[in-house]
Amino acid sequence: MPPVKSKNVKSKKMVGAPVAKAVAKVAAKPAAKAAAKAVEKSVVKVAPAAACAMPTQQGLVRLLEDDGSVLKGKDPNLPKDTLLFLYEQMVQVREFDRRMLMLQRQGRIGFYGPILGQEAATVGSVAALEPRDWIFPALREGAAAMMRGLSLTEAINQLIGNGADRCKGRQMPCHYTFKEGHYYGMSSVIGTQISHAVGAAMAARIRGDDVVVLGYLGDGATSANDFHSGMNFAAVYQSPCVLFCQNNQWAISVPISKQSASETLAQKGKAYGMPFVRVDGNDVLAVYSVTKEAVARARAGHGPTFIEAVTYRRLGHSSSDDPTRYRDEAEVKAWEKKDPVDRFRAYLQKRGLWDEAKEVTFKDGIAQRVNDAIAAAEKNGPPADETLVTDVYAQVPQQLKDQLGEVLALEGRGVNQGAFPL
Amino acid sequence: MTATDTKAGSGKTGTKVMTLLEAITDAMRFEMERDDRVIVFGEDVGKKGGVFGTTAGLFEKFGEKRCFDTPLSECGIIGTAIGMAVYGLRPVAEIQFLDFIYPAFDQIVSEAAKMRYRSGGEYTCPMVIRSPYGGGIRGGHYHSQSSEAYFCHTPGLKVVIPSTPADAKGLLIASIRDEDPVMFLEPKRIYRHGKGEVPLGEHVVPIGKARIAREGTDVTVLCYGAMVSVCEQAADEAAKAGRSIEIVDLRTLVPLDEATVLESVRKTGRVVIAYEAPKTCGYGAELSALIAEKCIEYLEGPVVRVAGFDTPFPYALEHLYMPDAKRVLAGIEKTFAW
Repeated sequence: MPPVKSKNVKSKKMVGAPVAKAVAKVAAKPAAKAAAKAVEKSVVKVAPAAACAMPTQQGLVRLLEDDGSVLKGKDPNLPKDTLLFLYEQMVQVREFDRRMLMLQRQGRIGFYGPILGQEAATVGSVAALEPRDWIFPALREGAAAMMRGLSLTEAINQLIGNGADRCKGRQMPCHYTFKEGHYYGMSSVIGTQISHAVGAAMAARIRGDDVVVLGYLGDGATSANDFHSGMNFAAVYQSPCVLFCQNNQWAISVPISKQSASETLAQKGKAYGMPFVRVDGNDVLAVYSVTKEAVARARAGHGPTFIEAVTYRRLGHSSSDDPTRYRDEAEVKAWEKKDPVDRFRAYLQKRGLWDEAKEVTFKDGIAQRVNDAIAAAEKNGPPADETLVTDVYAQVPQQLKDQLGEVLALEGRGVNQGAFPL
Repeated sequence: MTATDTKAGSGKTGTKVMTLLEAITDAMRFEMERDDRVIVFGEDVGKKGGVFGTTAGLFEKFGEKRCFDTPLSECGIIGTAIGMAVYGLRPVAEIQFLDFIYPAFDQIVSEAAKMRYRSGGEYTCPMVIRSPYGGGIRGGHYHSQSSEAYFCHTPGLKVVIPSTPADAKGLLIASIRDEDPVMFLEPKRIYRHGKGEVPLGEHVVPIGKARIAREGTDVTVLCYGAMVSVCEQAADEAAKAGRSIEIVDLRTLVPLDEATVLESVRKTGRVVIAYEAPKTCGYGAELSALIAEKCIEYLEGPVVRVAGFDTPFPYALEHLYMPDAKRVLAGIEKTFAW
């Protein structure tokens, strides 16, 4: 595949190279001594940050202050419909998230990966796409599937793993798949989807399709092998994709300071030769704007962009995790003040687009929709026995039919019962 | 496949004498002409035409858009190939030596193999991973391994290994057209040894059908890839002693043509399984267990495995490591000694 010649597109939002100076200094000294000094220096540099330290503001793109007021001259003046869509999606995913976590605590679903605090990063970036564009999610981008039209009932079918689940009950909760919405069905392996996103975008270009791919990853994934190969392939082939890192500061119990010694994750884009942006992930307008710009760049044939959205995972990694064991609650409290939903509501209220009455009506509506969806999903029975052996291959091999038949016979079910002719 | 995606075949008929390597190139060329979704990529497969020459001429004929070099990253090659397959292309990705496939192992077993299943059939991964395998070229440990068993143990993958030029073409075409990911392992030792007649134009050998390479009545020898010709030499020797050997060339390890294997074993009552890989937990172990489960009452003697050592693959002493005709013959005799 011939690489498209880089047009050397520059973005105002690109961060410079803060480490260049240090590197140049080291190179000028005799190698061994310099290496020793560099190690010494870096050890000092990566010493654990003070508790509750907020991430560096280095290159951070923000349009809204924490209180929802617009930074001077920065209002992107999006149409009212877009603004309300962004807000309503954020509120909906927050309510859905809250209720699903409750269902998990009640034992009605087995596991859940909450996104509380990251609503703006997901909603803002997905909204920047066209419906024909593809999405390669990681764990916390389920909202993207719902924004693409996956019904709440279908989403809950997946969380339950029932017979109506598109995955046929084969995956843990939060592993949605929704092909009509161009939402990819991910695995649980960290980072593998990065090169899939890059490859799908390469394929779109080979086919001549006007399709951009948005691939998500977390801060932990930047340590994985596939981050390196995915970023490298993306840049070498000028793949029409946007790689969007939700830096929520924690990979289960490992903080970003122990994940990477880079000052920012965004700057990794520079090493691979692609434009990179660091954005306030709790500022939905900023996320939407930088992603829109990156998508336009990809669509115009100018290749990939790496986006680091600085945000925060306010709950545990999953319903199985207890974050009080490894992090300071004061840090969580500090981030609550930067809440993406409150912040954007304040903006809308200041602009006269939202008020308390609308809030109550809208939230009631969502609560009802979620209730209805739960009730509908819980009516569905378990997956059929034969789904144990279907979809391994396009056709079910005889050997798999035999294996299932033996077990079903022990269960007292005839081998020819059910929809699947054994 | 839609009509617009494919073009009529070249319409050529007849056969041509080719090496196994040439037959592989011919298969890719034929499929690339027929279906513009087929693209070939990997390390050095473009202008160079591959380190063994299997992709020679494809870059010139189809251009860089459909035959291109990649950065040196196996997990990147397979990861992007998966994305392409999911999107709707038919990627044929080359891993230069099977010994170098391990960085891509995660992508193959966790992603490609499970795509259809985990998405409830919404997403599929029709792709071919071609890779030369096996010893006999003085390649040392890192250019000689036979790692087929790892992939056979992963549901969702098909594992295909040709032993003749005609099969190489027909099986590769079948693999490219298959709806699931296929590991197409090429016995590099016989890339250029022994030419054979290969049908020109359309030639499909179905996946999952073994080949009786030689009919016999006394002992069944199960083998695949480069071991087939070794077993044929052993059978020639055995014939001198009055033994009639049946050689079953498995052609595809997954799915296995169980019927052909069991039928042959029931006929002869004696079995030797020959493979280059380390003996323990190799493919021969699975065959042996299958035979014990399904037709032990037909056996006249123990199932004998003739395989590589349970060691890393050596350099200077590879001739001692790899099963040769003498060792296969000794294995055949063992089935009578019991």
